[in-house]
Amino acid sequence: MTPSRRIFSSPHLALLGALIASVTLTRFVADPYANDIFTTLGINIILAVSLNLVNGHTGQFSLGHAGFMSVGAYLSAAVTMFIGPRLLGEDGGALWAQNAVFFGALLAGGLCAAFVGLLVGVPSLRLRGDYLAIVTLGFGEIIRVIFQNIEPLGGALGLNGIPNYTTVAWTLSVAAITVFVVGCLVNSTYGRGFLATHDDEIAAEAMGLNTTRYKIVAFGIGAFFAGIAGGLYGHFKMSITASGFDFTRSIEIVVMVILGGMGNTLGVILAAVLLTLLPEVLRPIAEYRMILYSFLLIVLMLVRPQGLFNFHFPKLRR
Amino acid sequence: MTEFLQQLLNALSLGAIYALIALGYTMVYGVLRFINFAHSDVFMVGAVAGCLIGKHLPTGTWWGGLTCLLAAMIVCSALGMFIERFAYRPLRSSPRLNVLITAIGVSLLLEYTFQNEHVFGAAPRSFPQVFPQVVWQLRGLTLSSNQLLVIGVALVLMVALQFIVFRTKIGTAMRAVALNPRAAQLVGINPDVVVSFTFALGSALAGAGGILYALNYQSVEPLMGVMPGLKAFVAAVIGGIGNIPGAALGGLLIGTIETFVGGSQLSTYKDAIAFALLILILLFRPAGLLGRSHVEKV
Repeated sequence: MTPSRRIFSSPHLALLGALIASVTLTRFVADPYANDIFTTLGINIILAVSLNLVNGHTGQFSLGHAGFMSVGAYLSAAVTMFIGPRLLGEDGGALWAQNAVFFGALLAGGLCAAFVGLLVGVPSLRLRGDYLAIVTLGFGEIIRVIFQNIEPLGGALGLNGIPNYTTVAWTLSVAAITVFVVGCLVNSTYGRGFLATHDDEIAAEAMGLNTTRYKIVAFGIGAFFAGIAGGLYGHFKMSITASGFDFTRSIEIVVMVILGGMGNTLGVILAAVLLTLLPEVLRPIAEYRMILYSFLLIVLMLVRPQGLFNFHFPKLRR
Repeated sequence: MTEFLQQLLNALSLGAIYALIALGYTMVYGVLRFINFAHSDVFMVGAVAGCLIGKHLPTGTWWGGLTCLLAAMIVCSALGMFIERFAYRPLRSSPRLNVLITAIGVSLLLEYTFQNEHVFGAAPRSFPQVFPQVVWQLRGLTLSSNQLLVIGVALVLMVALQFIVFRTKIGTAMRAVALNPRAAQLVGINPDVVVSFTFALGSALAGAGGILYALNYQSVEPLMGVMPGLKAFVAAVIGGIGNIPGAALGGLLIGTIETFVGGSQLSTYKDAIAFALLILILLFRPAGLLGRSHVEKV
């Protein structure tokens, strides 16, 4: 596979533009429906792009992304619900203070998810292909069962009454940062290691690359962003349950990555947009939506395994 | 002591079902080297088919029950062969990841199709009592005919499988393809026929497992295959994937451990046990209990 192209010739400029755009967009999104769509879109982009680092660029097949998302969601919700009020005081504090607490909560959630990701990754990434898929799936289920049994975090009922801090500006900015970080990482010298691991593990090892370490790093970074996405999700829905982060949720993210073309950041973003908007368009035939998705997945693998949005542009000159 | 024996009996019947499903995973892995994710949904289709057919059969008779079982097995074999022919065969020479994704797609397609109101519906339905129901009391031990039936049918099917694989021509061909597909082709074995047969055999066992599971738990729904399927896969890996006696052993092991954990203080962690066990096995004995490890060659 060809290395992922840079989306724009200057990634820093693109990041700045995307951040400004997402903050300005918030001013124009007043209607709650559009607000919902944009927030979901941002969260889906974060999830899909971060999973793409593991499943696409590094060529591993993880089915446990929702598990890391739940770690981030629970931890950041716990921070804003249990520690937040003490910092903000009785009246809820100023807007900037709230956002500062939210930032801290997201970071804590992401770091904790990354830690769990490393914990999961170190033993399981020595396995290959199918085994890895099953082990990550198994870990996702274990994480879910553990959360269902932690009573201070609501147990099976989940956590309710999480403050509604997530805005369109937050999600889209984080999405832009995710795309930026993953894009720069993969295109760096270090990032060639991910691609080499993907292309031919045995050859990469023969060249002296520590492929296990590359896999673990990819896994940890992927889990970090999944945790942040979970935090955003929790503060957007205002209530989370462990069963909301099950196998089906992981599959949904995997479908985005496959549809966009594994290892193709632009394609994966487009697929995330498509799969966020499609359910809205298909609302009249909602009961057939998932049947259509799964059918699409099979047909895609038979006819166009490189993904729906994998176009071959001529390389941009710099 | 009585409680222990009672739990052991429950464990055996649950383990027998896991073993039946695990056999299908292991056989397909043996010939094609990929995980048939849709296997757990073939198991579900078996139970659904039994549920729909059983309604038209008289309840509580042996021939009615056996007809239902046989019909479900035939439906599942046909489904397994159909899936292999149209979803997996075109991908025989493509990367394994693509086949894995297709298998996940087939699995989701079956699940969501059966969840549709016009097909079966997402709500659980009760499974008709096609087999006679007898409960014996034996020195404080409760023996239900369903449990004995589950163990008995599973045992018969496993012996039959062992016979097919080791004593018939097609079974020998299956083992040959599993050992070395190219060499098998050189001695005149048609791999397409063998793979098709393997899917038919594995799916029939899954179908039987579905009926037995539904008999034991009395309810049928489109997502019923997910958890047993995953655990049966774990069982196959623990026994050494590709190894038929290993799958049976793994199934019994998982069934036993799960039943005893379910009866203890840690019952809420029941669903996580199988996966924890899987991770331990993969770390310390990646080839499984009865498997042999292979060195990857370039």
